[in-house]
Amino acid sequence: MSEVVARTDRTASDVASIEANELTKRFPNRTEDTLRLSFSIPPRQCVSLLGPSGCGKTTLLRVLMGIEAPTAGSLTVAPGLAGHLSYVFQEPRLVPWRTSRENVRLPLELASRDVGNSHDAIGRLLDSLGLAERVDHFPRELSGGMQMRVALARALITQPKMLLLDEPFAALDERTRFRLQDLLLDLRERLGLQYVFVTHSISEAVYLGDRVLLMNRAGQIDTDRPIVFARRDQSLKLGAEFNAHVRAFAERFATLERDA
Amino acid sequence: MIDAIRRNLPAWVFLAILLVAWQLAVGAGWIASYLLPAPSDIYATTVELWPELWAATLQTFGSIVWGLTASFAIGVSLAIGFFSVPILRRAVLPFCVFFQTVPIVAIAPLLVIWFGFGDTTVRASAFIVSLFPILANTLTGLEETDPLLRELFGLYKPSKWKMIRSLQIPSAIPYILTGLRISVGLATIGAIVGEFIAGGGLGSLIDSARTQQRVDLVFAGVLASSVLALALVLTIDLISGLLLRRRPYTRSA
Repeated sequence: MSEVVARTDRTASDVASIEANELTKRFPNRTEDTLRLSFSIPPRQCVSLLGPSGCGKTTLLRVLMGIEAPTAGSLTVAPGLAGHLSYVFQEPRLVPWRTSRENVRLPLELASRDVGNSHDAIGRLLDSLGLAERVDHFPRELSGGMQMRVALARALITQPKMLLLDEPFAALDERTRFRLQDLLLDLRERLGLQYVFVTHSISEAVYLGDRVLLMNRAGQIDTDRPIVFARRDQSLKLGAEFNAHVRAFAERFATLERDA
Repeated sequence: MIDAIRRNLPAWVFLAILLVAWQLAVGAGWIASYLLPAPSDIYATTVELWPELWAATLQTFGSIVWGLTASFAIGVSLAIGFFSVPILRRAVLPFCVFFQTVPIVAIAPLLVIWFGFGDTTVRASAFIVSLFPILANTLTGLEETDPLLRELFGLYKPSKWKMIRSLQIPSAIPYILTGLRISVGLATIGAIVGEFIAGGGLGSLIDSARTQQRVDLVFAGVLASSVLALALVLTIDLISGLLLRRRPYTRSA
């Protein structure tokens, strides 16, 4: 039996943001579990989820968001966090007939939240993401990077406490990708956001995570390693410490792919 | 502009050759002019009887617009109803196919019995033949929304009606416009057939020209109805183009 509960027996400060216990997902018509893992994310921690393609990273994220229901095990979301998750898809997934502003307003409209007073908030949000000039543009008039920033704004307008991001920058060129990585770190700093970031790029995982979880093809956690840096900016990627992390994960990653 | 002229040039040249050959063939007496009047005769008749032709064209135009507007309103509403209440769809849709398959010529007399001679019968005739394409296209459009967008919208747990209004209906707009484009041609046929039987407009003008052996006037009437249908299709295209340029209702960005 699966169990998804909002915990109330402990105070918010000492309880984990997310706790998964033998969390299992098996799709119908499959003989093996796509996912079978346990982990706990403490408050304020940002996690990178790394793994070979098809290892169940996206499935885990979708289970966390509630898009997919787990088959067994338990998933506990802290009471202050439940209902305050936002999801960013692999592609921007903007509504083609809506302008940037209207795309960002979509979650408020659909969830019947107050749309009337959101005009300024949306403007400020798009402005802070560098989209002030693109507020009334349709998605087809925006570059890939801009579209992804609109998608980020759409995820942020509901004032979430945690973002679940599924390889959001994978399709972008490197410079845009680096800029958006720094934007995410900045949002974390300014808004106190937590996130779970799925990627198959090792250096991106190390750069963005306080902790990197490496998954294997059986949907289990293979390596769980904390990443501590005093300060994160792109120059970090040239340093020895950063590259030691990357190398360690690269070797383990290669082993996982060879075993498969 | 230059490109468009160049692209269409062969068609214009062919038309010119056809008209000249036709004119010469009738002039030389190879084809009897009471069977096929020369283009110059048709032109002369059109100019001579222009007030009558114009009045008849306007009347037919009015009936088409009526029938088409009713098809649009009822077709789109029915499609939304069928989409949101599946049981309604399974119960009623099979009988809507009747509207697609019925030969309008066969039931036009029935319409006269119900609605009498005059515009009502003509409008009903235009409506009946043009309903189904709009209904079917709208329904397809409502059903074929992008599954990725459906998933996105689902994240925010909207009510069913909100989902239809903000996702399914906008997604269906290109399909509705296609349906309208198909229906406008059918509505023209429906209106003229209706007029053959119930009177009025180009249909009755053509029919009475036939009884008077005025083949030139029959041709003028046929020409007017073709131009009318073409103008209507182009109008729909223009409206579609303007609408989609203002707001890109497409499946994916």
